[in-house]
Amino acid sequence: MLARPEVAPAAEPVEEVRLGRRRLRAGALLDLVGRVREAGIALALALLVLVVAVQEPRFVEPDNLEEILLSVSILAIVAVGQTLVVLTRNVDLSVGSNVGLVAFVCADTLKGSPGTSVALIVLMGVLIGAGLGVVNGLLVTVGRVPAIVATLGTLYIFRGLDFTIAEGQQVNAADVPDAYLSLATGHVLGIPTLILFAAAVVVVASFALRRLRSGRELYAIGSNPEAARLVGVPSGRLVFAAFVLCGALCGLAGVLWGARFATVDARAATGFELAVVAAVVVGGVNIFGGSGTAIGATLGAILLGTIENALSILKLNPFWLQAIQGAVIIAAVTLDALITRRLQRALRRARRRRT
Amino acid sequence: MKLRWSVLLQWEALLVALLVATFVIGSSVAEAFLTGENLSLASADLMEKAIMALGLTLVILAGEIDLSVASVLGLSSAIVGATVDAGVPLSLAIGIALLAGALAGLFNGLLVAKLGLPSLVVTLGTLALYRGLAFVVLGDRAVSEFPQGFTDFGFNNVPGTLIPWPAILFAILALATFLVLHRSWIGREVYAIGNNEEAARFSGIDVDRVKVGLFVASGTLAAVAGVVFTARFASARPDNGLGFELDVISAVLLGGVSIFGGRGTLVGVVLALFLIGALRNVLALEDVAAEKQSIAIGTLLIVSVIATNALRGVQERAARRRSAPSPADQPT
Repeated sequence: MLARPEVAPAAEPVEEVRLGRRRLRAGALLDLVGRVREAGIALALALLVLVVAVQEPRFVEPDNLEEILLSVSILAIVAVGQTLVVLTRNVDLSVGSNVGLVAFVCADTLKGSPGTSVALIVLMGVLIGAGLGVVNGLLVTVGRVPAIVATLGTLYIFRGLDFTIAEGQQVNAADVPDAYLSLATGHVLGIPTLILFAAAVVVVASFALRRLRSGRELYAIGSNPEAARLVGVPSGRLVFAAFVLCGALCGLAGVLWGARFATVDARAATGFELAVVAAVVVGGVNIFGGSGTAIGATLGAILLGTIENALSILKLNPFWLQAIQGAVIIAAVTLDALITRRLQRALRRARRRRT
Repeated sequence: MKLRWSVLLQWEALLVALLVATFVIGSSVAEAFLTGENLSLASADLMEKAIMALGLTLVILAGEIDLSVASVLGLSSAIVGATVDAGVPLSLAIGIALLAGALAGLFNGLLVAKLGLPSLVVTLGTLALYRGLAFVVLGDRAVSEFPQGFTDFGFNNVPGTLIPWPAILFAILALATFLVLHRSWIGREVYAIGNNEEAARFSGIDVDRVKVGLFVASGTLAAVAGVVFTARFASARPDNGLGFELDVISAVLLGGVSIFGGRGTLVGVVLALFLIGALRNVLALEDVAAEKQSIAIGTLLIVSVIATNALRGVQERAARRRSAPSPADQPT
């Protein structure tokens, strides 16, 4: 297994400038991609859009671009939550069950009492999601259960609860007030609300991860748990918080899921966890923690959504869709590993020359 | 020297106790539970997951994971269906399916061992890739015309007994896996890698080759499971076994195998498989839906880890007390 190298020290390339311009130019792009992981994904995304747009101009019409963003908004929200957890060298496999459970409970509540205000429903969904996150967080931090095992367990338990509550029922669009549906289908200033929700989550999370002390500490925990503990980072509390926040974002995603798809049963969002982890990984978040960004995870989600959209617009055989998505995941991590390896080698060379 | 009670505290012993408890409680709440017919059907239902669990146990013991097993099952089933449908003789069709499984495992293994990619990510990718290939191979068709002998193998018991044929196949494969894991140098290398990959490398173990081998074994066994699944349901569909990977991983972990590798036994995994099967069967006889049964499985999985953590604490404390005068004797 390969761990990503620790942060590239910013001071070193200065020496390289003096050593030779050629090397610098060749290394510049690599360096950019290395330091700004998102650049690589954005590049891949741009290439994809370009290639498809040449074949089928309809692809880049505003309507279709909006459709792509709509289709990945919920995925992006959960991917940001997952990023918080993955940064700490943990993982949350229960996100799909969390989203499904919240989606059903919210839609079902509105079916029972259509008068409930939408704001209250959003609050309820987020709180339920956060509550499920509390369970995961406690199991991992207090119970010392490895995250992958704990959340695999709660994946089953939350889904089972969903089925117990649903009792085979289904909530349809006609059962819920329009105000709820417009959470996902409405527009503010001409922009679909669903996209605004996702954008808000991404912006806030990016800011917190970059600027807040606890945000930086999440990276510290992930890149070296032992060292983080030694310098006094409250690891347990932060890992717990990451799970709770991830749960809360799943809750928000659940509320929106119900509003977007309108028809909800206990099976909603089954298997969603795989798409979420895929988006996070394609977005350059290291599965072993310590590096990655919310923007990256979002770009990962957008890339996967764009591929899906491109395949349908190019009228390619839909049977190929899943195979291609799988291939993209593998290509993304392979490229990432190769770049990392070259960077490491370049760094080592630079260091050796200096001494 | 081991004390008697420390043997009793081993996870496998607890699994046996849980299994016995499930049988006792099961037979008292559901009359139909402890009948030969029911047990025969229930164990037949377990066989695909059980066969996949054998390979996955090896992979997890070496500190890796294979999420793609259920997709390989689907791919293998799709290949058997498509080739038989195209008039290929059955034995050749099965051979092609098993070869595809081995190649799928080889691809996983090479990406993990040679490129150093995390297996969680690689096999998440191939989970989608292999399932996608299953759809490419078969489309959305379902093939249900198979030679009589093939479906007989899936449906029937060994004449004169209540043992389903697939169970015999599983027993043979389990025995072979047991011998490899617990009675051969390969097994010792697997444990060594799982405990400390770096140390294993320095002690001369060809870690990469072992890992590739384990993934190939996992892929091949998943393909075998695909053939068994196809025979038991007389149906080849690309979505066969969708989502099975999580069930199989749960069984392996419940069997006491550490997700970090290096610890656990095949006996534990087989016991856990039967425990899950018995539990689900009792609940199903009591009209509990499959998804609600999952609450019990999920809880058991989490409790098992908390329990083993606690157990290990007790054992280590006891070991420290016992060997306090000579620390070198401490069991590792």
